[in-house]
Amino acid sequence: MPPSALVEIRDLNFTYDKRPVLQGINMTFPRGKLVAIMGLSGCGKTTLLRHVGGVLKPNKGYVKMDGQVMHELDQAGLYAMRRKMGMLFQFGALFTDMSVYDNVAFQMREHTNLPEDIIHSLVVMKLNAVGLRGAQNMMPSELSGGMARRVALARTVALDPMLIMYDEPFAGLDPISLTVIGDLIRRLNDALGATSIIVTHDIQESLKIVDYVYFMASGVIVAEGTPDELRANQTGFVRQFMHGEMDGPVPFHYPGADYRQDLNLRA
Amino acid sequence: MAFIKTIRGIGHRVINAVWRIGVAARFFFLTIIYSGNSFRRFNLIIKELFSSGVMSLIIIIVAGLFVGMVLGLQGYETLKRYGSESALGVMVALGLVRELGPVMAALLFASRAGSAMTAEIGLMKATEQISAMEMMAVNPIARIVAPRFWAGVISMPLLAALFSAVGIFGGYLVGVVQIGVDEGSFWSQMQAAVDFREDVLNGVIKSLVFGTVVTLIALFEGFDAPPTAEGVSGATTRTVVTSSLAILMLDFVLTAIMFRGA
Ligand SMILES: Nc1ncnc2c1ncn2[C@@H]1O[C@H](COP(=O)(O)OP(=O)(O)OP(=O)(O)O)[C@@H](O)[C@H]1O
Ligand SMILES: [Mg+2]
Repeated sequence: MPPSALVEIRDLNFTYDKRPVLQGINMTFPRGKLVAIMGLSGCGKTTLLRHVGGVLKPNKGYVKMDGQVMHELDQAGLYAMRRKMGMLFQFGALFTDMSVYDNVAFQMREHTNLPEDIIHSLVVMKLNAVGLRGAQNMMPSELSGGMARRVALARTVALDPMLIMYDEPFAGLDPISLTVIGDLIRRLNDALGATSIIVTHDIQESLKIVDYVYFMASGVIVAEGTPDELRANQTGFVRQFMHGEMDGPVPFHYPGADYRQDLNLRA
Repeated sequence: MAFIKTIRGIGHRVINAVWRIGVAARFFFLTIIYSGNSFRRFNLIIKELFSSGVMSLIIIIVAGLFVGMVLGLQGYETLKRYGSESALGVMVALGLVRELGPVMAALLFASRAGSAMTAEIGLMKATEQISAMEMMAVNPIARIVAPRFWAGVISMPLLAALFSAVGIFGGYLVGVVQIGVDEGSFWSQMQAAVDFREDVLNGVIKSLVFGTVVTLIALFEGFDAPPTAEGVSGATTRTVVTSSLAILMLDFVLTAIMFRGA
């Protein structure tokens, strides 16, 4: 494994109420790179990010960030580690009792002693980057879904984290915002010298910006490679994902009882 | 089989209840431990004082006025039989300061501010705001729970005092202004009979205890609510029911301790 990796996941296993969600995941996120994790709904992508953030503890294996095993840290160590991370939540998770401005300023006020006028400049810059400088006095309830996500993005990078995790940054965005946000994620990564993990369904958009891709299906990695390798390799899983085909190695259905049995039909 | 099932069900519920009490005690402990930040940044508490305390003012004033007026009427009817109408002021004031002020204000606070706290925190949890805060390395107990807790503890005695003051005024309106009890004896007997330590201080202690318990229940229910719509609405109901019962039971215990044989 390359010595420059910021995050390493080794043989990660996790079970929710006896149902295995992650099974033997191995991933490497080299510093400065933008890596995508793709997979069908429910395959465990959000669960994986929660392990990187140290919210969930694995049953087996580990996530190592910056040389430290996440699930072995105590609360102080965990918080110290999280201050180096930013996470964009799948549904935004903006603080509904604060304005857009206060949401973006939140971490600056909690973690730094910066004077308000410097915080003001920083907040305006972050909001400008996502095109919402004009919305700073709005409350989250007044924003559309796409706008809320952009505010959440500004808040995620408020303290210039070294690891940025995006859970579905493209969901619910119009085509223009989609390109803008995709572009922004790439530029933020390079400008901050950060490492980014991006969880998404949007294959076309993400292949344009990422350095490496992992494909997951039901808790295991089924394919991986650089965008060029994946474009060249049009077989099996990759082909099914890239073209959205219904039939292929990955089943569309969540495992359950026999369909006919569920419908109470008799053979 | 059905018998064993019933037993098992009961056992399960008891274990769950004990478990929850344990979790709540731990929650209380953590809230106290992480309170430092709230006092360093007192404006966090002030903001919550506004939303729980100030927003409860109207309901406290209106309720206090009516309770005081009823006390005036009932008290007059009873005292008249013994020819001691002039003691009306004493009766109204003692009733309010010792009992009705702290208890009624706490019940109203539980249903007005307590339920709102539970719903707000439950919703924050359901929309991942609490997880987001954790991911930002900000402790949600220190940032969300502790300021609300202290705001509740601080505002409860103030609201109870206001309730009593307005209630006494209500008793005065009915007793003196409307029925015509002698104004001088209404106030002077009240002043002579109400003892600061015995009555007022004990009332304040009661409302401090109620404030602590009600706010704690509200915050715990919100923090512990399942992150769904039903989860939050169930938690809100439990806040009102549990804290109302807790207030009434604690009131008996406290009264027994404070006024026994006095
Ligand atoms: N709190 C939970 N309790 C029990 N099971 C859960 C819980 N959260 C998620 N799961 C299960 O874990 C599996 C993976 O969920 P996860 O949220 O990681 O999926 P995902 O890949 O992020 O999906 P999506 O693309 O739809 O967001 C799902 O099958 C889900 O049913
Ligand atoms: Mg997800």
